[in-house]
Amino acid sequence: MADSTLLNLVLWLPVLGMAGIAVLPKGNDSAVRSLSLVLMLVQLALTAVLYLHFDPNVSGLQFATRRPWIAAWGVDYSIGLDGINVLLVALTAFLGPLVVAGAFSAIQKDVKLFYAMVLFIQFAMLGTFVAQDLFLFYVFWEAMLIPMFLIIGIWGGERRIYATLKFVLYTAFGSILMLAALIYLVYSMHRTNGAMSFGFTALYAKSLPLETQMWLLAAFALSFAIKVPMVPLHTWLPDAHVEAPTTGSVILAGVLLKMGTYGFMKLGFPLFPDATRAFAPALMTLSVISIVYGACLALVQTDIKKVIAYSSISHLGYVMLGLVSLDLVGIQGAILQMVSHGLVAGGLFLMVGMIYERCHTRDIAAYGGLAKLLPVFSVFFTILTLASIGLPTTSGFAGEFMALLGAFNAAWPLHEAGYNLPLVLAVVAVSGVVLGALYMLWLAQRMLFGPVKAPHQPFPDLNARERTILIVLVAAIFAIGLYPQEPLRKTELGAREYQQLVLRTHTTANHPESDE
Amino acid sequence: MNLLTVIVILPLVGFLLNGLLGPRLGKPFVSAVGCGLPILAFLAAVRCFLLVQGSGGEQPLVEVAYNWATFGDRSFDIAFYFDRLSAVMTLIVTGVGSLIHVYSTGYMKDDPSYARYFAYLNLFLFFMLLLVLGRSLLVCFVGWEGVGLASYLLIGFWFEDPEKAAAGKKAFITNRVGDAGFLLGLFLIYHTLGTLEMDRINSAFLAPTLPAVSASLVGILLFIGACGKSAQIPLHVWLPDAMAGPTPVSALIHAATMVTAGVYLVARLNGIYQHAPEASHVIAIVGAATAFFAASVAVVQTDIKKVLAYSTLSQLGYMFVALGVGAYGVAVFHLYTHAFFKACLFLGAGSVIHALGGEQDIRKMGGLAKKIPITFVTFAVATAAIAGIPPLAGFFSKDEILWFAFSSATGGSPLLWAIGSITALMTSFYMFRLLWLTFLTPSRMSQEVEHHVHESPLNMSGVLIVLAVLSAVGGFVKIPDFLEHVLPLARAGGELEHFEMPLLVFSVIVALTGLAGAIMVYGKGLAKGEVLAARFQGLHRLLSNKYYVDEIYEACLYRPLHWVSDRIFLGVGDRFLIDGSLNGMAALAQRAAGRLSRVETGSLQFYVLLAVGGAAGCLIWMWRHG
Repeated sequence: MADSTLLNLVLWLPVLGMAGIAVLPKGNDSAVRSLSLVLMLVQLALTAVLYLHFDPNVSGLQFATRRPWIAAWGVDYSIGLDGINVLLVALTAFLGPLVVAGAFSAIQKDVKLFYAMVLFIQFAMLGTFVAQDLFLFYVFWEAMLIPMFLIIGIWGGERRIYATLKFVLYTAFGSILMLAALIYLVYSMHRTNGAMSFGFTALYAKSLPLETQMWLLAAFALSFAIKVPMVPLHTWLPDAHVEAPTTGSVILAGVLLKMGTYGFMKLGFPLFPDATRAFAPALMTLSVISIVYGACLALVQTDIKKVIAYSSISHLGYVMLGLVSLDLVGIQGAILQMVSHGLVAGGLFLMVGMIYERCHTRDIAAYGGLAKLLPVFSVFFTILTLASIGLPTTSGFAGEFMALLGAFNAAWPLHEAGYNLPLVLAVVAVSGVVLGALYMLWLAQRMLFGPVKAPHQPFPDLNARERTILIVLVAAIFAIGLYPQEPLRKTELGAREYQQLVLRTHTTANHPESDE
Repeated sequence: MNLLTVIVILPLVGFLLNGLLGPRLGKPFVSAVGCGLPILAFLAAVRCFLLVQGSGGEQPLVEVAYNWATFGDRSFDIAFYFDRLSAVMTLIVTGVGSLIHVYSTGYMKDDPSYARYFAYLNLFLFFMLLLVLGRSLLVCFVGWEGVGLASYLLIGFWFEDPEKAAAGKKAFITNRVGDAGFLLGLFLIYHTLGTLEMDRINSAFLAPTLPAVSASLVGILLFIGACGKSAQIPLHVWLPDAMAGPTPVSALIHAATMVTAGVYLVARLNGIYQHAPEASHVIAIVGAATAFFAASVAVVQTDIKKVLAYSTLSQLGYMFVALGVGAYGVAVFHLYTHAFFKACLFLGAGSVIHALGGEQDIRKMGGLAKKIPITFVTFAVATAAIAGIPPLAGFFSKDEILWFAFSSATGGSPLLWAIGSITALMTSFYMFRLLWLTFLTPSRMSQEVEHHVHESPLNMSGVLIVLAVLSAVGGFVKIPDFLEHVLPLARAGGELEHFEMPLLVFSVIVALTGLAGAIMVYGKGLAKGEVLAARFQGLHRLLSNKYYVDEIYEACLYRPLHWVSDRIFLGVGDRFLIDGSLNGMAALAQRAAGRLSRVETGSLQFYVLLAVGGAAGCLIWMWRHG
């Protein structure tokens, strides 16, 4: 079987779908919905084949395609799966049908455009994950902005313009810096050996003086840190979530935020290993600040979506912590936590959408005693809450546990060598699990327990479509939590490669380019 | 057959069946599944116990269920380990657990959420069995957090009452604080030893060359976890509130099994604690402090369940005193006798509450002895047992604790013994006070309540009888000797042996003094007690308010956290600093844009343009200086 065809098919399928939607006659909304769903399901099935055929014992790229694209600049159309992106591709494909089905009843305005944008963003996200060429990566990275911009701007809430503006301003700012840095990077490579390439592998091989690395990493890091987001670059996220329609929030929390952490893992850290190690204490500090700060802010919110938005900041802090630890367990934990957060936060936002469709408010104080009123809803909400808290047997535990263990593993030897900051940070991060329980249980308690209270009664409990979506999500959450070894097997070599790339010494003392 | 896995899985099946199908299939199905599977698990546990005994008792059963995760050459397995210590724990959990399930079929008979109740109860057993059967600290931790979840769900079982839901949350959060300590200890062990399997951890610490890590540090960290789960100072605050749950839950989770998990953990990892004198001291001190503190609060409580809750705290404190002086087997001995008499007391209290239509205030009881005789007799036996009246079960285990608190070569001291003895005096006093006020003083019930008082049905009273019998005779099984292979016996220091008999006699005198005191003050009713309370008003208020610990936590932890989050992080950080400067920049740009171009008025395009310009500037700068 032509392996690479399959990955290309998975990637381009949404574009095919957009064409199909364009062709469909106006007004036939249900056909648009069915087409999108079928397409996402086919994509998921093909991705499942890819996942199953992904050989965990082979290092490097699989299902790879590499064709010259812009030959003059050395830009290739180069895509492939490796241990770092395989789970994220799987996550994106897995969430696709759920996102589409989740919007069936909520979106009634401009249905054609809406699903075209959902497919477009699916395409751009997958492209960002599978791209193995920096230019291609950047194109996909920027392309994601457009559909997200439209989804929030057209189908969003009252303050959607403010939110989109903030979102675009933040991300565009980051992107521009990344663009500058990547042009400089490629240009400097061109100056040293005359070759021009944007391929990741070629760029990994490039040596740079420490100071240059630091500047370039700073530029990349700013762009990625905005996306993650890390405190203090996070204030776009709560606003974007609150104003975005459910679909937007699910895509944002489910996949889009992982672009930031993935960017660090695939580009930022491996390209500039010495700078990464030099910045490691600062990065670790910011990660832990994100964990605690995000959790504290989640505690005092009055809007359900904002609680989950701030919890995302906190949870992605664990991902960053695992990545920066450079410990194998921590790295694997970080990857797992990315997937887990996608499922859990995605699920929570879907559920907020479900209750919003019934009661038209996201004000926590408007609710109470839903466990009595909506028993099925409450069971799922409780399960997702517990997964968010990181209760054992759920995916949330596996990721958080491993990321923290990795951070501790990395910190303890430093502590014994007399350098205590990492250990202090690891301990603070561990205590973050208490805060995590605090804000999520507080949310669940106010919504689910106490005397029954909800606007716009009566309304039905979850319908079959909603139940199916949640059952699928919850099954995945438990599957990963109970048997993380299966996904971890696929990522182990990728995690090791990342570890080795970042641990290698990469400076060039007498480099022709070093500072004058 | 993988018998250990079966033991663990059975209650999980019960949870799934009752949780998914229960509400549709009706009460007989729910009861059959809910009680049947725990009983099967108990039988399987008995079978395992016989297997271990058959092989001489020294060879543990080990089963690997599956590999959870592997990193290089280190792997985390889901494996089960069954030695005599696990046997004692498993038999208590499944045995007392099954009894309480049966009792619940009567107690919860009319509850609309009958299926949900049994599902949660089965879920609890599943996690508790993971906790006591897990070979590695990871599996133990999974069970550890899992029982916390079950406890949370069951405390808040009647969730429409906001106070009950809040109590569940408080329990979960307080436990989480302990769990953070547990996790750190676990990380440290994993980092140093590369394994989390508890038998290997013990042997690593008992090897001639000690591991390169401070046993006391590991010990303290894990003990923080134990403090949370076993409600020791300063993490004790959740247990009294946990009484909001249905009474059989209080008996099973908050008396007999879950709260003893911390004791189990320390006993199980005695290899660490044997080399951790500092940690052991801390444990003994915390245990003694909790025992004393809780007993003093129990003296003035007026809610029948609250008295028992503080009594549980206090008895757990005793167990930690035993652990702290190296008498691990004795701690498990008291755990075992306590499981019987405290379960019996709680279920007896449940029977009283059931009979009185929900009344829990002992000031409104009295004279129940003749009306509900089975409850009274069983309650009286269990009261005598906890008070330390020989030859009932509590006497043996408590006396051994006091003896080793005095004499142990590793940490025993007259002071510990004295605190323990004063606590024993208070224990006897408040338990007999409870007995008299509930059953023996003249009735203070309203006519209407009194009219409805009835003895509980057989599925409840039968369970009470079984537990009362066990509370009476359980002490004759010498658990410390039985566990000698797993838990080394404590040694009495120096030439203290000749103190043993006098101290034993003294314990008996203490218990009887407490009894006499209770009869003197409360023999006729509340009057004398109220006079005393009025005379020692300050002390009484301090004790009634539980030394104001909740209020202190509220003022020192919770409010500041909220204040900092709301005012500093959200108000100053997010709104003022970050968004403020962002808006400032935007406004600046807007003004500049207004000047530069009449067409655009601070629109999006302009900001992007500005950013591009800035980036281009950076780019040029970098090229020049690169």
